[in-house]
Amino acid sequence: MHYSKSHATWVGFFVFLGIGALFFLALQVSNLSSFDHGDGYRLVARFENIGGLKVRSPVTVSGVRIGRVSAIDYDKKTYQAVVEMKINPTYDTLPADTSAGIYTSGLLGEQYIGLEPGGAEEYLQNGDQFEYTQSALVLEEIIGQFLFSKADELKKTDEADSQ
Amino acid sequence: MHRFYTEKTRRFVSQMDQADTECLVTIRDLTFRRGERVIFDRINLDFPRGKVTAIMGPSGTGKTTLLQLIGGQLRPDEGKVLVDGRNVHGLGLKALYELRKSIGMLFQNGALLTDLNVFENVAFPIREHTQLSESMIRKLVLMKLHAVGLRGARELTPAKLSGGMARRVALARAIALDPMMILYDEPFTGQDPITKGVLVKLIRELNDSLGMTSIVVSHDVQETATIADRMYVISEGRVIGEGTPETLSRTTSERVRQFLTGAPDGPERFHYEAIDYTRDLLS
Amino acid sequence: MNGIFRFLGETVLQIFEKLGRGSYFLVLMLGGVPEVLKRPGLLIAQVYSVGVLTVALITISGLFVGMVLGLQGYTILSDFGAEQTLGVMVAASLVRELGPVVSALLFAGRAGSALTAEIGLMKATEQLSGMEMMAVDPVKRIVAPRFFAGMLSMPLLAAVFSMIGVLGGHGVGVGMLGVDDGAFWSQMQASLDVREDILNGIIKSVVFGFVVTWIAVFEGYDCLATSEGVSRATTRTVVHSAFAVLALDFLLTALMFGDF
Repeated sequence: MHYSKSHATWVGFFVFLGIGALFFLALQVSNLSSFDHGDGYRLVARFENIGGLKVRSPVTVSGVRIGRVSAIDYDKKTYQAVVEMKINPTYDTLPADTSAGIYTSGLLGEQYIGLEPGGAEEYLQNGDQFEYTQSALVLEEIIGQFLFSKADELKKTDEADSQ
Repeated sequence: MHRFYTEKTRRFVSQMDQADTECLVTIRDLTFRRGERVIFDRINLDFPRGKVTAIMGPSGTGKTTLLQLIGGQLRPDEGKVLVDGRNVHGLGLKALYELRKSIGMLFQNGALLTDLNVFENVAFPIREHTQLSESMIRKLVLMKLHAVGLRGARELTPAKLSGGMARRVALARAIALDPMMILYDEPFTGQDPITKGVLVKLIRELNDSLGMTSIVVSHDVQETATIADRMYVISEGRVIGEGTPETLSRTTSERVRQFLTGAPDGPERFHYEAIDYTRDLLS
Repeated sequence: MNGIFRFLGETVLQIFEKLGRGSYFLVLMLGGVPEVLKRPGLLIAQVYSVGVLTVALITISGLFVGMVLGLQGYTILSDFGAEQTLGVMVAASLVRELGPVVSALLFAGRAGSALTAEIGLMKATEQLSGMEMMAVDPVKRIVAPRFFAGMLSMPLLAAVFSMIGVLGGHGVGVGMLGVDDGAFWSQMQASLDVREDILNGIIKSVVFGFVVTWIAVFEGYDCLATSEGVSRATTRTVVHSAFAVLALDFLLTALMFGDF
């Protein structure tokens, strides 16, 4: 069938634009550009409580992302959460006594794992487990504790007043 | 064995042979219904080779339907249509398409492809069905366009053509693959006298010079009578008259005469069925 | 009372009959795949009229939708002091929902209705019938290339819509309202996932493209061969496409993002 050359050119331009847009979405808008894809070494941490941590949550050192949470499981014997993370192989010099904690970025932000490097000579290897962990702060608990202590204070001042 | 081969059967067989060679299209006991309405009621028609045969009848008698039945676009409820010895409705889709390549059809308004110009419209069937080179296609198309007198209009788009020109282009397209038969669906309807004359001339000339068989469906008595070798008059699903234009003009049938002369009242009533006029007014 | 039941029953039967005809038609169109592969020119001509001619509409709409998202998002997010996440809001709503859905609705209005009208007119002027008599199958020759062109164009158009929308949101948020450029992009990249968001958005637009084009070509092919029939079929294309897109969007969203 006959179609004009200019039509073919426009169609080519259109397809190029469309595929370009897909690339833009993949690279600029989403996380394809940041390392991913399974390569990297595996570390495991056990927490009493992981709060709102999810699979794919970031793992950071000094605020720089070096990996992601790859799996979350529950150990029914120790009643602990088992968090598995994948760390970018470039960052392979984490000391063996590094501690892991769960923090929240901002008041409403997502939760992430922050690593605090220790001073050991040896480095963490694939499959190693963190020795020191700090669980997530659950907002209800904090508020509960805060109210509880406030109530305590009030009681104390009341008692002082009455005396 | 020979004992059973009676005189009667021999005559029957030879008639069959004759029918096959003389007639390109044979229609036997054809019945077609549209819902409750019976369009054709066991009609028999023969279309001899190399001749122009006309089917005439008032509007709404299903003349176009008949062409669609011959072309295999519709399926009859009973009976069969033989084209060149082949039962149209017994063919598989592939064989049917193969058969259609040898049938040209001129639609009422031309049915030209609106996104192609005149040249490409005529070239369309050639491009679809052959592997000819571009220069060969060009020659063929120009020959067909020349035959209908529109070689100079090849660059026009269908939107710029008058009704008569569109039909002539469609005719050039219909003969593009040198078919053995052309079906004309109301070729004269809505045309001015000159265009009618041109079309009459073209249909007759193409039929004779290319050795084709033509089937013309029309209700324009004058024009059809001048080109048809044989005519059928159909009304209410039945053949009410047949023969050459001369014999038909001397018919004794009231209904055929009414149709041919165009009398406003006759067996075909002028008034739609109603109760008595005076009674209706006074009620 | 009897009349109501009768009406309902007939309507339901009609719907099923139409679905049946539509499915059979789909099978016939899929039979046109070899024809389209053999002659890519047919496809190119249709991608031009279905896809390229819709790009301008998609671009302009995407730009404005993105800008409005930037403006509205900023007003709401700044109440929480979370205007840094404007990029996330703009991009997530575009890539997941608005990109595929709005571009499918625009596509139905621009390209779908044109396809119905074109095929319907070809039917009304006996062009399809004429093609059949020329031993050319109109479903393979006319309808199938249009169908595949629509299916191909839709995801590309949705991607363009989302991209332009994100840029429009960026223009308003970063350019006019002073959101930090780095935060806009990095928050977006941290929150949106290639598989969960982008790929699911593409899957949606492929499904929408399939359904809208199917409805459009079927309505055109199935319409009454009169000018009134064609105009009604064109209206039906837009209405049915809109229904189908919105209902399917809910279904797909539930499947992709819901925890069922």
